[in-house]
Amino acid sequence: MEAVYEKYFRGNLPHIWCPGCGNGIVMSAIARALDKLNYPQDDVLFISGIGCSSRMSGYMDLNTVHTAHGRALAFATGAKVCEPRLHVFVLMGDGDAAAIGGNHFIHACRRNIDMTAIVINNSIYGMTGGQFSPLTPTGKRATTAPYGSIDRAFNLVALAEGAGATYVARGDVFHAVQLTNLIVEAAEHKGFSVVEAVSTCPVSFGRYNDMPEPADMMLWLRDNTVTVQQAAKMSEEELADKIIIGKHYETEAVEYGDEMARLLARAKEAE
Amino acid sequence: MAKKFKVDLNQKTCKACGICMALCPKGVLGKRHDGKAEVVDEAACIGCQNCSVHCPDFCFVVKEAAADDK
Ligand SMILES: Cc1ncc(C[n+]2csc(CCOP(=O)(O)OP(=O)(O)O)c2C)c(N)n1
Ligand code: SF4
Ligand code: SF4
Ligand code: SF4
Repeated sequence: MEAVYEKYFRGNLPHIWCPGCGNGIVMSAIARALDKLNYPQDDVLFISGIGCSSRMSGYMDLNTVHTAHGRALAFATGAKVCEPRLHVFVLMGDGDAAAIGGNHFIHACRRNIDMTAIVINNSIYGMTGGQFSPLTPTGKRATTAPYGSIDRAFNLVALAEGAGATYVARGDVFHAVQLTNLIVEAAEHKGFSVVEAVSTCPVSFGRYNDMPEPADMMLWLRDNTVTVQQAAKMSEEELADKIIIGKHYETEAVEYGDEMARLLARAKEAE
Repeated sequence: MAKKFKVDLNQKTCKACGICMALCPKGVLGKRHDGKAEVVDEAACIGCQNCSVHCPDFCFVVKEAAADDK
């Protein structure tokens, strides 16, 4: 195994994920990002929710907390406010972040607290058997949508930007090197950063959507992703089924922890 | 002379998903009798790291071969 993985993984492998699951690809992208960021491992807090993807906190050799479904950002907010020196990463599935945790998600964006949220979007609820999620593309099949989902999906990057996140990007597991670079950029950004990592669940999504092999899902990502720069030159019809990858948005805004420190100083003065 | 690479593959942790074989641009990797990956043409490897960044089970280390390591 490559030295960076030995450094950042606890060694309790093989992991629980199915053959070809994109979660492993995201986990290695995160390990390589941590290596580039070069933070002392003791200064990194890695918090996850519940789901297949959220099992990641059990494998990473960092300060880790495996929390409750949809609530990872609430735990992370508390920890960051108490220990601002920590570099906080929050790992969630698409169901975790956009369904049960949707409210926590938009309000964490709004507060602009300095942390990096990574949402592994495998288009369905993996752990509970492949039900459709708010990020299942319209028309795609899931165990609870055998004739195709009729729901409109959230555009997570637009949602994050609209809710106030100050760094928003989308990567995918086929473009794994770019995914690492986006995670590095997101971590270095001061404020609330969101990286959507479009991923693969060969078992509960691929098999239901004419991609029976894990490799078919990788080729689907290869053939259906376009960069932000390419997308700018394409029409709405051309973009209909495309996944737009790269940095979507970055701005500066007051960070919640800084505002909290100023508030505490004011309160002390008033005493 | 073209660079030579050494492809270390850990078959113990391989889950036979088939991703590396599909993504290797040079046909270096093949499928063993049980579906796991195997190195079939190491000399053709160009060190692109497609296999190592995409293997969900971290089975690969691909490094430039030392001059005497042929
Ligand atoms: C409060 C609560 N409600 C429901 C569940 C059941 N549950 C566990 S994981 C999960 C969804 C997982 O989907 P996602 O977040 O997309 O992650 P994935 O497994 O796909 O990585 C659900 C509904 C739970 N554990 N806790
Ligand atoms: S069910 Fe899907 S998301 Fe969960 S481990 Fe298996 S392939 Fe991965
Ligand atoms: S990608 Fe990894 S787990 Fe999948 S077949 Fe290749 S070596 Fe095995
Ligand atoms: S580094 Fe590239 S060429 Fe070499 S085995 Fe891996 S995928 Fe094939």
